[in-house]
Amino acid sequence: MNWLDINLPLVVLIPFAGAALAAWAARFHRVAAAWTAGGVALLSLALLLPSAIDTFAGETLIQSWAWMPSIGLWFAFRLDGLALLFALLILVIGLLVILYARYYLSAKDSMGRFFAYLLMFMGSMLGIVLSENLLQLIVFWELTSLTSFLLISYWQHRKDAREGARMALAITGAGGLAMLGGVLLLGHVVGSYQLTDVLASGELIQQHPLYTVILVLILLGVFTKSAQFPFHFWLPHAMAAPTPVSAYLHSATMVKAGIFMLARLFPALSGTIEWNLLVGGAGLATLLIGAYTALFKHDLKGLLAYSTISHLGLITLLFGFGTPLAAVAAIFHIINHATFKASLFMVAGIIDHETGTRDMRKLNGLLKYMPHTALLAMIASAAMAGVPLLNGFLSKEMFFEQAVSASDAQGWTWLVPVLVTIAAIFSVAYSLRFIHDVFFNGEPIDLPKTPHEPPRFMKIPVDLLVLICLAVGMLPMFTVAPILAVAVAGTLQTTPPEYSLALWHGFTLPLWMSIIALVLGVALYTVRQRLFDWHERTLHHWDARVIFNALLNGLIKTAHKVSRRFDQGSLQNASAWIVVAALVAGGWGFWLSQQPLLGDRVLLDIDPVSLLMGVLLIVASVLTALWHRQRLVSLIILGVVGLIVSLIFVKFSAPDLALTQLSVEVVTIVLMLLALYYLPQTTPKESASPRQWRDLALALVSGIAVTLLTMSVLSRDFVPISDFFLAKALPEGGGTNVVNVILVDFRGIDTLGEIVVLALAGLGVYAMLKGMSLPAPSHDINGLAWHTDKHSPIMQTLTRLLLPLTLLIAVYIFLRGHNLPGGGFIAGLIAAIALIVQYLANGIVWTRERLPVDMHKVVGVGLLIATGTGLVAMGINFPFLTSTFTHLHWPIVGEFEVASAIAFDLGVFLVVVGSTVIALVRLGELSHSAPNITAEKQ
Amino acid sequence: MEWLIAICIGAMTASGVYLTLRARTFPVVLGLTLLAYAVNVFLFAMGRFVVGQPAIIDDNALGYADPLPQALVLTAIVIAFGMTAFLIVLALKARGEMGNDHVDGLHRDDDEEKNTR
Repeated sequence: MNWLDINLPLVVLIPFAGAALAAWAARFHRVAAAWTAGGVALLSLALLLPSAIDTFAGETLIQSWAWMPSIGLWFAFRLDGLALLFALLILVIGLLVILYARYYLSAKDSMGRFFAYLLMFMGSMLGIVLSENLLQLIVFWELTSLTSFLLISYWQHRKDAREGARMALAITGAGGLAMLGGVLLLGHVVGSYQLTDVLASGELIQQHPLYTVILVLILLGVFTKSAQFPFHFWLPHAMAAPTPVSAYLHSATMVKAGIFMLARLFPALSGTIEWNLLVGGAGLATLLIGAYTALFKHDLKGLLAYSTISHLGLITLLFGFGTPLAAVAAIFHIINHATFKASLFMVAGIIDHETGTRDMRKLNGLLKYMPHTALLAMIASAAMAGVPLLNGFLSKEMFFEQAVSASDAQGWTWLVPVLVTIAAIFSVAYSLRFIHDVFFNGEPIDLPKTPHEPPRFMKIPVDLLVLICLAVGMLPMFTVAPILAVAVAGTLQTTPPEYSLALWHGFTLPLWMSIIALVLGVALYTVRQRLFDWHERTLHHWDARVIFNALLNGLIKTAHKVSRRFDQGSLQNASAWIVVAALVAGGWGFWLSQQPLLGDRVLLDIDPVSLLMGVLLIVASVLTALWHRQRLVSLIILGVVGLIVSLIFVKFSAPDLALTQLSVEVVTIVLMLLALYYLPQTTPKESASPRQWRDLALALVSGIAVTLLTMSVLSRDFVPISDFFLAKALPEGGGTNVVNVILVDFRGIDTLGEIVVLALAGLGVYAMLKGMSLPAPSHDINGLAWHTDKHSPIMQTLTRLLLPLTLLIAVYIFLRGHNLPGGGFIAGLIAAIALIVQYLANGIVWTRERLPVDMHKVVGVGLLIATGTGLVAMGINFPFLTSTFTHLHWPIVGEFEVASAIAFDLGVFLVVVGSTVIALVRLGELSHSAPNITAEKQ
Repeated sequence: MEWLIAICIGAMTASGVYLTLRARTFPVVLGLTLLAYAVNVFLFAMGRFVVGQPAIIDDNALGYADPLPQALVLTAIVIAFGMTAFLIVLALKARGEMGNDHVDGLHRDDDEEKNTR
């Protein structure tokens, strides 16, 4: 297999594997995590680049594997111009952020955790942009919500970080649900979730009656993710994250995921009036609100957060125009915004790192302390303002041009260029503030630290990004043009329109708009103090967070109220509700049914022995409940019930079940007896008798209901599906015991799941009892002291004699299991009983000395063998857990056949032995930590 | 015969439900064990009752019991045991942590002392 056929999934999955590696590397050295993360990102990049050649040649690369084709889910990846552009942004800016973060994080911060989160986030983002299947894309979309939650709340000890992360998760998670709905409808309309099909069906989608619903749902996902009005308020609160995270999430990645979806689905969804109004409207509102609010933020990162919102609004507005040229401008601005915003966030981080504050009212005149950083900040900030010769200018010019051409239409659209210019004025003003208020404007005011330049390597990422700003701004044709061209082609899925990246177009209207914005922006900045005062008096107190919190609290309160109705903190009530619900649901089903309650199948005759046993079982069941306050008596009667149940299995042709039930019964009762030793011997009388009457009524109704349900099934005939198993067991499974063949062969994967559960139960018991000690009672219920002789010699002798015999039986039962009643489960239980009896009779210490086997390993080996058997089948191109068998001839024994399923059964055997012994021996061991009874007596 | 087994299942269910609704952990574990028996026999009964015809392939056999419910119930029995073990240990853990064996773990009753002595 050529590795270039599978490189796209590798690009996406390597960061996830790298996350674990980075966390592990951090155990050896802090910085090792950073190196690992850098190496992983480089590896992903190296795997991606060879395919980029094809993309530049105009090809769309698709790598696809069937996952669950029946529901339209494919494990499918796609690389076209748009995907390539985003993947490069994610990886290149990711690399720079990793380098930057290595110097940013302090010794107190866990490097391993940081880089593990960052890599997982990087993988999720790459998954979004490289997915071909929309369902798979949604999976990665949700993963970015989760991983960004971890990143934003990285400083877990800080309340604002936790709250900001929670808000981001709530908003983007809710949006993700809406988007899932939208994508499901989209797939329903198109008949496929593959992007290739969806992008080719634009007309079909837009003429479908569900179009508006699909659009609104998908836009909800986009707007929440990309912080568009009215969901923009989570983004500023996410600034509680470490600055490298902000630089990454809010420049090139997280918030751009929504924008990416706009671009990705542009051919499928755009071109309607609904699209123009919804996307354009949200974009315009966000652009204005963000630009306005940014000027009034005194926090450096707050300013950048709102400016990010504003620029995201700008890009959304461009997509909202819906024309191919507007899409070109949008893609171009995505690139530019990612570069200058990432560098500005890094500068903000450097200033925070070196001065100890981000408050612009304190930060002044930093130019002489950190001239290099100041220069970088000025260039990046000028790019943000749209100053000529920088990249921001080019895309902003294109933006103005699109705004002007959009206004040609009719009516109120003349407002668009006006509002856009107003936003640009504010944008110039806040960019200027970032420069003037921080690096000039007098002397710093009581900074926590004396400012100085940061380490050399902390500035290198900023250097590089600023260089890109300059290079793109001055020589667009030689830098950004090729990638822009393929990205636009990938977005539009057709040949891109004619556009020019030239710096000079003559004195056009857009240029005048730029000039107006620059001049008025400077003017606005000079009167800022008066504006600040006015803002402080009027609009300052408006915060969407208040509404969000009120809504959230209201929701939690309502949920609480509803659950309080059913659950007053009492398990008894909760269980009663479950029983009532089951009865109501069952009763309702019967009520609606038109059929008579009982059918007319011929029933079996009753014989005296069965009648006797049945009556005994009923009496024993009732007595168990009736005498439950005498716990030991009740437990013994329960044993009677279990034994009669195994007799039922014997009577009705289920020897395997009878054997299993019998051995399980023994183990269960021993286990309960051991546990009862540490529990109160009696149950106190309950005072509330109405509850007892209620429970009695519930119990009676349940009993009658179950009886009738059983009879209504048993009195009808049915067509079993088991003929298949009966017919194939011998020829294909190689065994005559059909029950065992089903367990280890036909339904092997179910059995695998079940032994995993059993193993988990065993380990759970071990984990719960670890390090626990309980006081052992010194007297029994009648006040008599426990016998001083712990281990009776008669029992010791007997059990030691019986051990080899019992084990021999276990082996026999195991080996014959495939053909006669027996098998791994039963043999495992018998072997477990043989071992447990040794522990009981001889004591744990004595037995452990002679049987130095770690039962955890037995469980582990069992699971490995069972899974390994399945994998071997897969390795030779059969489905998981396919079995085979052959006939062997052994001297003396004669001919017998061996099925590969016996290895699987061996795994089952080991898990059963291991789990059972772990559970019981751990219980027995509790008494070691308990007070010594003999010593107490003396 | 079917009625007898159905009533048996009903009796086990009724006692199981009653015990499951009790306030102390040990009766609840007993109740769940009883319910597990009831459920296992119920599932087994879904294959209908056949006497003397185990599902073991034999040329002389007249017929076979339905092997599928048997296979399901076999694992169910073992899983029920795993669950019982986990529950009873949970009960012990709760007693160790809370100092009593009430299912809600909150009510510190005076009778606790009396019972252990």
